[in-house]
Amino acid sequence: MRYCPGCGHGVIHRLVAEALVELKIRERTIGIAPVGCSVFADEYFNCDMIQPAHGRGPAVATGMKRVRPDCIVFSYQGDGDLASIGMAETIHCAARSENVTIIFVNNAIFGMTGGQMAPTTLPGMRSTTCPFGRDPKVAGNPIRVCELLSALDGPAYLERVAVNTPGNVVKARKAIKKAFQVQMDGLGFSLVEILSQCPTDWALTPLQSIQKIKDEMIPYYPLGVFRSPDEIKK
Amino acid sequence: MGEKKLMKGNEALAEGAVRAGCRFFAGYPITPQNEIPEYMSWRLPEVEGTFIQAESEVAAINMLYGASACGARVMTSSSGPGISLKQEGISYTASAELPIFYANIVRGGPGLGNIAPSQGDYFQATRGGGHGDYRVFVIAPNSVSEMGNFPRMCYDIAEKYRTVTMILADGLLGQMMEPIEYDFEPVDPTKLPLKEWALGKQDGRPRRVVRSYDLRPGYMEKHTWKLVEKYKKIEENEVRYEATMVDDADILIVAYGTCSRISKAALSLGRKENLKIGLLRPITLWPFPMKVLNDLASKIKKILVVEMSAGQMIEDVKLSIEGKAQVFFHGRPAGGIPTEVEVLDVIRKIHGE
Repeated sequence: MRYCPGCGHGVIHRLVAEALVELKIRERTIGIAPVGCSVFADEYFNCDMIQPAHGRGPAVATGMKRVRPDCIVFSYQGDGDLASIGMAETIHCAARSENVTIIFVNNAIFGMTGGQMAPTTLPGMRSTTCPFGRDPKVAGNPIRVCELLSALDGPAYLERVAVNTPGNVVKARKAIKKAFQVQMDGLGFSLVEILSQCPTDWALTPLQSIQKIKDEMIPYYPLGVFRSPDEIKK
Repeated sequence: MGEKKLMKGNEALAEGAVRAGCRFFAGYPITPQNEIPEYMSWRLPEVEGTFIQAESEVAAINMLYGASACGARVMTSSSGPGISLKQEGISYTASAELPIFYANIVRGGPGLGNIAPSQGDYFQATRGGGHGDYRVFVIAPNSVSEMGNFPRMCYDIAEKYRTVTMILADGLLGQMMEPIEYDFEPVDPTKLPLKEWALGKQDGRPRRVVRSYDLRPGYMEKHTWKLVEKYKKIEENEVRYEATMVDDADILIVAYGTCSRISKAALSLGRKENLKIGLLRPITLWPFPMKVLNDLASKIKKILVVEMSAGQMIEDVKLSIEGKAQVFFHGRPAGGIPTEVEVLDVIRKIHGE
């Protein structure tokens, strides 16, 4: 794989791929790779794949699902892709409750371009474009995507998970599978936000970055279900 | 085919696209093209198609990127400012070789400009507009009848070459009413040949990937040369133009779209006073009718370019004729519309020189 040692993408790729196989939908799934580190995602999933412009995954997913409602469509996106340049596409895809699944990888940094500040970079956290630490007075505040989307009527399922411990990986696995199940049941927009580590751009060892998820990321981005499909079914 | 109907240009264009097999439209409101999405919003559901009012032009073009990758005949439309926003997606679509079709019903610019008819987006259309080495097939109707009948040609060319196609018309053509008769039977998109590259169900076949990038050293250059080869074929095979009274002409007007009709009227008036005026109307703006223009410039030594712009197509005219004739210009930018009398006055002046 092209990802750095200790990066969360490998684990998350595996969880998505396993869900497609276990739900027996691999052969009718179309995946969308983002612009960012996981632009290479189109090399790792054994299903039809498309690579769109930066942040436009939810719009592309909309076009595909409307034309091929018999297919399962998922968009795999990082935080720069989804919450910065692609925020409008994300919000409107959710508001329309397009019946697609979004796997949102939040590692609080622009990975591929070398560690610049993301909309999810924590206050005080350093990056190459906030070298003295993110000062909210200058660089604004981080965006909590699940909380933001939960203000809309559109989404059928929103959950935030993490991949920093075996226990959390098991929970992430369940959430990803559930998101695809929601799409299979035709319930509408599903998004799983996954807190993930980026040792390279965080300038930490893999173990330290796992610790950072627990100590800094989860307190700011609490794990849990923000919209349950059970509410929709009623 | 069908009976003759009185239609507005924008509606004729929308209906023409549906008849040509369009089953997916995403767009965003902007004057003077609003009749197109409005028409599509009720017409597409009638044929089990999809209409989406997108959150922005950026989203609309990317919805097309996805729908086209899944094999559908797709369309979007806008006016200059909206097409500017769509250029990102158009560039990606060109690189990924998706056969999309769109229309620009041009208004006055630059900036927000105004909502008057204009031909100020010639550069934007024919130079690609977006980033990278790519071309867009650009065809310019000059009547409501052509507004309705050109979409089928655009889809055929788009799918034959896996390339981006567009109609460039101005607000006048979009808003005016004229009789139209469709010259083709409605296309059933389910009966079209299967697209061997389209995404969807695998059903045992190897997986397919649609991408607009190649980061391996040398591969993107190879891919771009492949695109260029395709564009050369389009240049060889798909040039369209209309030549009027060029055989004995000593002054040649070159004009497209609305200006070609104004110029034709000036030609009729001028011929009455024995001014030997000819008219070459480029129908495709890319590929541009370079060869025929070059040939004409060998015998006609004065060329007048008439445009509803400050002078954009004139550059292609000059490139085509390689200095063989003297080139004059009459244009009105940002909503100005030349009259036939105005054009004739310019011709009289040129003739006297």
